[in-house]
Amino acid sequence: MIWTYIFKRVLWMIPFLFAVSLVAFLLIQAPPGDYLTTYVAKLAETNEALDQAALDNLRQRFGLDQPLYVQYFKWVGNLLTGDFGMSFEWRQPVSDLVWGRMGLTVTLSLATLLFTWAVAFPIGVYSAVRKYSIGDYIATTIGFIGLATPNFLLALILMYVGVVHFGADVGGLFSSEYKNAPWSWGKFFDLCQHLWLPIIVLGTGSTASLIRVMRANLLDELHRPYVETARAKGLSEFWVIMKYPVRVALNPFVSTIGWVLPNLVSGAVVTAIVLSLPTAGPLMLQALLSQDMYLAGAFVLLLSSLTVIGMLISDILLVLLDPRVRYE
Amino acid sequence: MPQILMNTDMNSAAGPLLSVENLNVGFLQRTGVVDVLHGISFALYRGQTTCVVGESGSGKSVTARTILNMVPRPGKINGGRVVFHPDPKGSPIVLTDLDPRGKEIRAIRGGRVGMIFQEPMSSLSPVHTIGNQIIEAIRLHENVSKKRAHAMAVEALRQVEIPEPEKAVDRYAFEFSGGMRQRAMIAMALACKPDVLIADEPTTALDVTTQAEILDLMRGLQKELGMAIMFITHDMGVVAEIADHVVVMEKGHVVENGDVRQIFDAPRHPYTQKLLAAVKRLESPAPGKTSPPASAKPVLKVRDLELHFEKKEGFMGRKTSIVRAVNGVNFELQEGEALGIVGESGSGKTTVGRCIARVYDPKGEIEYNGTNLISANAAQLKQMRRELRMIFQDPFASLNPRMTVKQIIAEPLIVNGLASGADLDTRIAKLLTDVGLSPDMMERYPHAFSGGQRQRIVVARAIALDPKVVIADEPTSALDVSIRTQVLDLLLDLKARLNLSFVFISHDMAVIRYFCDRVAVMHRGKMVEIGQTDQIIDHPQHPYTKALLSSVPISHPSQRGTVQRHRYHPETA
Repeated sequence: MIWTYIFKRVLWMIPFLFAVSLVAFLLIQAPPGDYLTTYVAKLAETNEALDQAALDNLRQRFGLDQPLYVQYFKWVGNLLTGDFGMSFEWRQPVSDLVWGRMGLTVTLSLATLLFTWAVAFPIGVYSAVRKYSIGDYIATTIGFIGLATPNFLLALILMYVGVVHFGADVGGLFSSEYKNAPWSWGKFFDLCQHLWLPIIVLGTGSTASLIRVMRANLLDELHRPYVETARAKGLSEFWVIMKYPVRVALNPFVSTIGWVLPNLVSGAVVTAIVLSLPTAGPLMLQALLSQDMYLAGAFVLLLSSLTVIGMLISDILLVLLDPRVRYE
Repeated sequence: MPQILMNTDMNSAAGPLLSVENLNVGFLQRTGVVDVLHGISFALYRGQTTCVVGESGSGKSVTARTILNMVPRPGKINGGRVVFHPDPKGSPIVLTDLDPRGKEIRAIRGGRVGMIFQEPMSSLSPVHTIGNQIIEAIRLHENVSKKRAHAMAVEALRQVEIPEPEKAVDRYAFEFSGGMRQRAMIAMALACKPDVLIADEPTTALDVTTQAEILDLMRGLQKELGMAIMFITHDMGVVAEIADHVVVMEKGHVVENGDVRQIFDAPRHPYTQKLLAAVKRLESPAPGKTSPPASAKPVLKVRDLELHFEKKEGFMGRKTSIVRAVNGVNFELQEGEALGIVGESGSGKTTVGRCIARVYDPKGEIEYNGTNLISANAAQLKQMRRELRMIFQDPFASLNPRMTVKQIIAEPLIVNGLASGADLDTRIAKLLTDVGLSPDMMERYPHAFSGGQRQRIVVARAIALDPKVVIADEPTSALDVSIRTQVLDLLLDLKARLNLSFVFISHDMAVIRYFCDRVAVMHRGKMVEIGQTDQIIDHPQHPYTKALLSSVPISHPSQRGTVQRHRYHPETA
């Protein structure tokens, strides 16, 4: 039954992604001008000039002189064959650029997600069960500070502390000697050494909000009659809470994957720039600024797909977790 | 029943199985400790049922939980003790002295003393199978393998007469009906063959027919297993059905404690007398009931009313099943008449009420004042909604907790642009007086009122627009008996004074007899019988009506065994 459910959901993704591609394309086209306008402006800054004939020539070569719908169908047609087009700015195939960065982005995202859960789950349960205890107040205070601090500021502080007090090498995901080296155990350990900082920086905000979510949900469930039933059975207090209310309170926890996935890619742009992380965020920002149409389009599409996949994963987990969720 | 009487004597001689001695429980509040139980004492005996009765807030549920040392926070036992004496030769265990989280008390909870709760809907975990929860209870107290525990769980389900227990064991609570869930709860509580079963209003949320079945089941299991039952209820009918001893509680005191016959025949305490009188009053039609004159014109005509809920599935929205919630209902409501609609849950009685109020979009014809409400346009519906008002069951849920009484009652008046300023204030004051509340309660919030007072506020809101017809959906079932008659008397008074017509939906035969001129019996979306109230109750024609009436609890313990209970099966009828 669950397989037909997944199959149906995947099938639904097709028309959805098609609609997304259309919206993404229109959004990228929405600002006035195109890549060449930006390009000319940039050249003008350095006192270079491009004559009209050369400009027309370039415009024709990039296909920017054709009507919108022709450009769109060309783009989508190529997408179907796996060709994401060329980046105007980098003069490289978009897919090379994107995939080169996606691997590290996904690694970082997953690590951050696991960190968030590992921290938020026990603290959330604790502050609900021991409501209004000193521990709850401490967790709540730290949680609110975590929510209120901008990530990039936290990044700067941690970098300062790391460099000045611990002499750590911060910034980027690799030390300089490994940056362009092929993968090896040494490079892997180097990555681990660099990963903790961005994980903490990126994770605090969502950890704090997840603690609040977990606490609020669990508080709703803690005094339900079925908890009392479990207690009247003679179950120990720890298992009473873990097996029953926590299990039910997990639902919203699982639902968060849906928004955490895309958020980790797009939401961390400023932090990624501050920490000079070789992830997708800064590249996407650059592509949008210079109206690098195909590169930006690929990113928007990718983000949308990640959202859809994230939703699918959290829905599947929900079905597994809660038999009441109907999936026939 | 001489057999039971003999048992009583034998066991009383052996001493109580569990005794509550001078138990005092306080709740810690900002202002200090407020006692909710004031030194109560009573005892439970092997093989016998002790009913604890009292109205809401009398401390019945706190008592039940304190026995298992599960005092709800911020409660604290501050006096007295609970003594459990399962083995006459062994030494007694003082339950209140045990650590509430310790091993000893946990071995007793569920093992020696089982407990079932009121809400079968929410007392079982929504995300674990029934079997999982029963097996857990078994393995907590008995050292058996998973496989053996599974077999025991199936056996426990069979014992409570759940059909196909092998399959039921792997199903979830939400796949069961209310009655089946309560059976599963009982199976779980009894899985370890406890000495004592504490049942906290186990049948209150169930239909009368289901209630009768559950009571039969508990009685049968008691005979088989010989446990002591502590049965908490507010329903004197249930007490008459099953009690051996009765403990009457009021505001945290035990005011009377004795044999069931003594309590019914010669109640000593005024509170017990009041409780019984309230029940007695409901045994006959209201004294102030005014029937409509024979010349009364029909105000509402319902013809061929139909409402189907369709379940759709898959991409194309294929219809996979149709629930015929209302399936061809016909009736007329006369001016100044109260028409009762009775039936079990799921019979469609509430849906009929909502169809008339046009909450739903039914098929058929509802003629009100010459307009067909089903084809009426928006303006006509707006006018009709002024004259056709609803009262709901739960006075706690149907009042917005953040609005004052004044705002609540004023809302329909303001929405319809009927009053403002000083005029509004006088109208609200008059409405409050009409429903027996004081006008200076206007600025208070609903939480400051008791259930009965809240239902009066709901009534005031309903009559604010001078309606012609009131649809009352179980308006008294969430109220205590003594308040029930008060609210019904208020409605009767308003009905006579304002010439209101009522569609009165209820599952309670006593309430219907007290209030209604005519009654319609619904079963699975159809009206099986309609007629004068006394006619239907005294001489029911349709087999379903007969079955429904046979399930109504008896009013005196001496009638035990005189009613032949049966359930209506349309296939065999």
